[in-house]
Amino acid sequence: MQASDRFNINSQLEHLQAKYVGTGHADVNRFEWAVNIQRDSYASYIGHAPLLSFFAVAENESIGRVRYTFMQKMLLPCGKPPDRDQED
Amino acid sequence: MEVEATDREIAKVQEERRKHEAELAKVTSLSFDRDLYGASNRFEGYERSIALNDEDDETQDAAEREVAKKLASYTAPKSIMNEIPRGEVADDGVGFKKPSRIIDREDDYRRQRLNRIISPERNDAFAMGDATPDERVRTYADVMKEEKLRRDREETLKAIAKKKEEEAERRSHEESLVPTKAQQASVKAPPAPAPAATAAPAAGTKRRNRWDQSKDEEEPKKPKTSSEWDGPDATPGPSRWDATPTPGRASLDATPMAASRRNRWDETPTPGRASDADATPGAGSTPGATPAGMTWDATPKLAGMATPTPKKQRSRWDETPATMGSATPLPGATPSMFTPGVTPIGGVELATPTPGQIALRGPMTPEQYNMLRWEKDIEERNRPLMDEELEAMFPMEGYKILEPPASYVPIRTPARKLLATPTPMGGTPLYAIPEEDRTQQYDVPKEAAGGLPFLKPEDYQYFGALLSEKEEEEMTAEESKERKIMKLLLKVKNGTPPQRKTSLRQLTDKAREFGAGPLFNQILPLLMSPTLEDQERHLLVKVIDRVLYKLDELVRPFVHKILVVIEPLLIDEDYYARVEGREIISNLSKAAGLATMIAAMRPDIDNIDEYVRNTTARAFSVVASALGIPALLPFLKAVCQSKKSWQARHTGIKIVQQIAILMGCAVLPHLKSLVEIIEHGLNDENQKVRTITALSLAALAEAAAPYGIESFDSVLKPLWKGIRSHRGKVLAAFLKAIGFIIPLMDAMYASYYTKEVMVILIREFQSPDEEMKKIVLKVVKQCVSTEGVEANYIRQEILPEFFRNFWVRRMALDRRNYRQLVDTTVEIAVKVGVADIVGRVVEDLKDESEPYRRMVMETIEKVVANLGASDIDARLEELLIDGILYAFQEQTSDDANVMLNGFGTVVNALGQRVKPYLPQICGTIKWRLNNKSAKVRQQAADLISRIAVVMKQCHEEQLMGHLGVVLYEYLGEEYPEVLGSILGALKAIVNVIGMTKMTPPIKDLLPRLTPILKNRHEKVQENCIDLVGRIADRGAEFVPAREWMRICFELLEMLKAHKKGIRRATVNTFGYIAKAIGPQDVLATLLNNLKVQERQNRVCTTVAIAIVAETCSPFTVLPALMNEYRVPELNVQNGVLKSLSFLFEYIGEMGKDYIYAVTPLLEDALMDRDLVHRQTAASAVKHMALGVAGLGCEDALIHLLNFLWPNIFETSPHVINAVMEAIEGMRVALGPTILLNYCLQGLFHPARKVREVYWKIYNSLYIGAQDGLVAAYPVLEDEGENIYSRPELKMFI
Repeated sequence: MQASDRFNINSQLEHLQAKYVGTGHADVNRFEWAVNIQRDSYASYIGHAPLLSFFAVAENESIGRVRYTFMQKMLLPCGKPPDRDQED
Repeated sequence: MEVEATDREIAKVQEERRKHEAELAKVTSLSFDRDLYGASNRFEGYERSIALNDEDDETQDAAEREVAKKLASYTAPKSIMNEIPRGEVADDGVGFKKPSRIIDREDDYRRQRLNRIISPERNDAFAMGDATPDERVRTYADVMKEEKLRRDREETLKAIAKKKEEEAERRSHEESLVPTKAQQASVKAPPAPAPAATAAPAAGTKRRNRWDQSKDEEEPKKPKTSSEWDGPDATPGPSRWDATPTPGRASLDATPMAASRRNRWDETPTPGRASDADATPGAGSTPGATPAGMTWDATPKLAGMATPTPKKQRSRWDETPATMGSATPLPGATPSMFTPGVTPIGGVELATPTPGQIALRGPMTPEQYNMLRWEKDIEERNRPLMDEELEAMFPMEGYKILEPPASYVPIRTPARKLLATPTPMGGTPLYAIPEEDRTQQYDVPKEAAGGLPFLKPEDYQYFGALLSEKEEEEMTAEESKERKIMKLLLKVKNGTPPQRKTSLRQLTDKAREFGAGPLFNQILPLLMSPTLEDQERHLLVKVIDRVLYKLDELVRPFVHKILVVIEPLLIDEDYYARVEGREIISNLSKAAGLATMIAAMRPDIDNIDEYVRNTTARAFSVVASALGIPALLPFLKAVCQSKKSWQARHTGIKIVQQIAILMGCAVLPHLKSLVEIIEHGLNDENQKVRTITALSLAALAEAAAPYGIESFDSVLKPLWKGIRSHRGKVLAAFLKAIGFIIPLMDAMYASYYTKEVMVILIREFQSPDEEMKKIVLKVVKQCVSTEGVEANYIRQEILPEFFRNFWVRRMALDRRNYRQLVDTTVEIAVKVGVADIVGRVVEDLKDESEPYRRMVMETIEKVVANLGASDIDARLEELLIDGILYAFQEQTSDDANVMLNGFGTVVNALGQRVKPYLPQICGTIKWRLNNKSAKVRQQAADLISRIAVVMKQCHEEQLMGHLGVVLYEYLGEEYPEVLGSILGALKAIVNVIGMTKMTPPIKDLLPRLTPILKNRHEKVQENCIDLVGRIADRGAEFVPAREWMRICFELLEMLKAHKKGIRRATVNTFGYIAKAIGPQDVLATLLNNLKVQERQNRVCTTVAIAIVAETCSPFTVLPALMNEYRVPELNVQNGVLKSLSFLFEYIGEMGKDYIYAVTPLLEDALMDRDLVHRQTAASAVKHMALGVAGLGCEDALIHLLNFLWPNIFETSPHVINAVMEAIEGMRVALGPTILLNYCLQGLFHPARKVREVYWKIYNSLYIGAQDGLVAAYPVLEDEGENIYSRPELKMFI
């Protein structure tokens, strides 16, 4: 019962995570969470045209350029992941 | 006048009947026992009603519709509607089929799948690189060579047989002068079989009765079955062998196959095969292989349907025993070859086998096991009763134990005792069974070690190895791997769902580690098992699917094996099996690649067995859909032009047909090439190839419709030429192709080609062949429906012949002909108009054959429904009504309501023109309402509800009023079906003439309906509640409030009806009634009802309270409801909370005015110790929050959230669900930001349990409002080179 129960939850989580990348679980660390936050933020900036033009004006860049940089930043928004043993 | 006259007559008849019945009742009333047979009607609990069509709704006037619309809004939420708690009688298990074996529902053709051999793996040319393949590995060339050999052999055999036949014919011709000799020659069976044949059944009976016949068993070693073999001259015919019973196998299984078995001169029993050795003791005694012995060689190996791998197909002495995987090749281990009755180890057979024994002995076909189990079961039931048992059964007093007669001698034959089933024969000196054996459960197999699931006896053959306890250390790596796979497979096959899931997962994850060989060698034989059930097959196929995905190119050597097992799924009768099969083959082709697939299936394309070719063609079409048609085109082209054999061409063209069927309009881009590939087949020398080509063209045209005519240009000529030169089956196929191509053409061409083909079609109208008839009808339909064909042409050229040949009584008898004829005629009517068609058939409404009348009626109904009745002139109208009345009255059985529907449709189509006939129709109806047969009464009542609207149009209100009274008198009807129809008819009348004009007046009608509400029959309930609802809606004032209160009580019961329509109608009616008589009285009753013990009743009551609250505004209900919460009783308080929950769900945003009023109550409930309190309160909060989102009630909601939040750690699934949903509701009402702030405190809590819960909340928050959270995330500090902060948000202009 216990084992199958946990198996269930895990499989659901896996499914959830396959569908929504940004969801988390009890073992998420600061870095992983922050990466998701950053990516969501950039996606949101790009998705809202007024916000994008606001940033464009503030940075004195074209909207297209700003969109492009944001998109690039989504690759490694927080830099390289910290070493595992440091975390543990 | 006339009406009254009929009335009097009817009254007289009624009177007479009543008298008669009263007399009868005296005789019959006591004839059956109510205790035994039950007093209620026998249809109780059955769903026997069909929803009444709602056509009367469309004809309401605007005002009525308005009212109806408003009232339709009084409805309970879907969740309630769907899952009002049911009584214990809920239809448990109705939806579940008993597990069924696949083989039981298969026909002979499909069973041929078991004849196929899981071929040994083949060479993977890709993996090899340039190296020459190992000698021992089968390459493509080997397989092709074998295939060729087989074909050659087949042809030679055919030639030999033909020659022999010719010779025999010649001889018989020569010897025809001497009749006796000629007879001997033509009847091939030699004289010997006769005595032997009698011997065989005798042996059979002896064997069957072996438990009783001790004498025979004392000398059991003499094998009876071998007797025929001792006679050296005997050349047994097949029939004899069929008769020889082999225990453990139903002999009838063997018979059908035996008939189709071919002669295989090469199948001499080889000593290497266990069964041969068993069946033919002393090979020397077999007569020499004289060619004259037509069947001697094939028969002994008739392993029957049951055996998974009949080896008669290929004589491959070097074949690996594929069915056993890599298990150790014990003699007789191949499951098919074991026939216990005949084997020398017969000593073991005679005792009832215990599971242990079976496991010991291992190989035994499942059939044999089943038979034994069954036998044992019978024995167990028939064992003698013991004294104690008899004492337990009979009362102590009043019975006397008699002395056994002096002549009685119990059987004391020791031999028998020893050999018989160990049944407890108390007191036998020689053999006593210990007491505990009485309860021994033979059917329960030995507990499998290591938490393995239950092992079915049929599984021993495959999984028996798991039971042998062998130490892990002793096993080789291979063995232990094998064992592991076996374990996992067993868990997948027989385990509990969680076991199944984990095992499936492990199999998938470790697939590459296990390797393709060990996996498939175990899975595939399982799938060939004859006792496989649907569910098991599904699971195993799922395993293959998952494993395939992981193994990828490693499957290549096994492609053919897998196909052999999966292909039969493609022709399974179960749709889902077919889909599953397609999916597997599609994945397989993606994993293995086109080249491997072609290499694996190419040899099967011209297999001599039609079954193999058929399934291969289907599999190929799946490959085409998976890898794209273009990839397969070159191959298809080559196959379709194969010079070697017509079979290859046939299969190639069939592949094209299957592609068209499977892919539909997706063939369009490749249509031209596909047609080009097969077009030459129309002129092929082989008739079968021509037929399949035409059928493929038909499939392509059907798939391409309405485009792609240009691709068919090249085949038009041969097709149209072909229909002139061919006859029979080929012609039918050609016509079919034409039928599908013509609709693609332009109008001009279509007309031209139709005229061309019509000559042939009209000629074939007379064809006696049923198949041809169907095709011709279909083609006529297709031709007629194209644009270019003109009405005049049809009228002059087609109609006379068409009606002469097809509109005959015989056509009505076959279901498919009937359908097709009706469809075609309706299609013609679209072109030539109603009058022409109806005019031709209307006379036939008075035909003497009822099925024919029904066909006519259905055609008329469809034609009139499609095209209206404006075409019909006065004369035809008269004929029509006359005919319909005749047909309606003459019908004896009409299950499909064809007559009724036809009548209704025609009357409605004619509209006001029906007026002159209405008195006559009503007279008929009244007579029939008074008929003795329930069915007739029901139809009469149904007819009223269909024509009520037209009667109103014809201003026959007086007539309707009259009918109303008549119906009212029949409300005492005892047949529920009829009563339901009568109520439906009353409803129809009330609907059209209105409450005020209704006769009998509403105040009389309704009290009659109240008791009927108690009726449990669904049709009655539904119609009754509809009628009552209608009255409550529009004529509530005609009825005193007390009556309505009574109805309210009845309605409470109906809230638990099984049928959704009834529950909905009930809920609506509640609303109407509460509105009509005010909420106070109703509410008081309902609140009282909360105190009852029965849960269902309480739930229904809470729903009703909520409905009343919605109809009569919440403020009329809330005070009383909240006051009720003060009752210190769990049920009542929960009921109140539940009502509140429903209430806030219904009233939606109206809730904003009441939220502050109920907050203290909810506070209290959310802090209650009782879980259910908190759960229900949480769901109330959810509905409340969702209702008032955006209406400025955040303060109250945050307050409630603070009470709600501590509940997030609840573990009971219901409670936690309700709480989570409430939080979701809060997210909608308060926005994600506030919820995120609640969440942040726990996301990184040191305790994992806490984190888990908080992340769960976070996740649902995230899914619900991903974007909204961006602005609310906390500010994170950068750490070293990791940037966590979001500098963009600090920008400011």
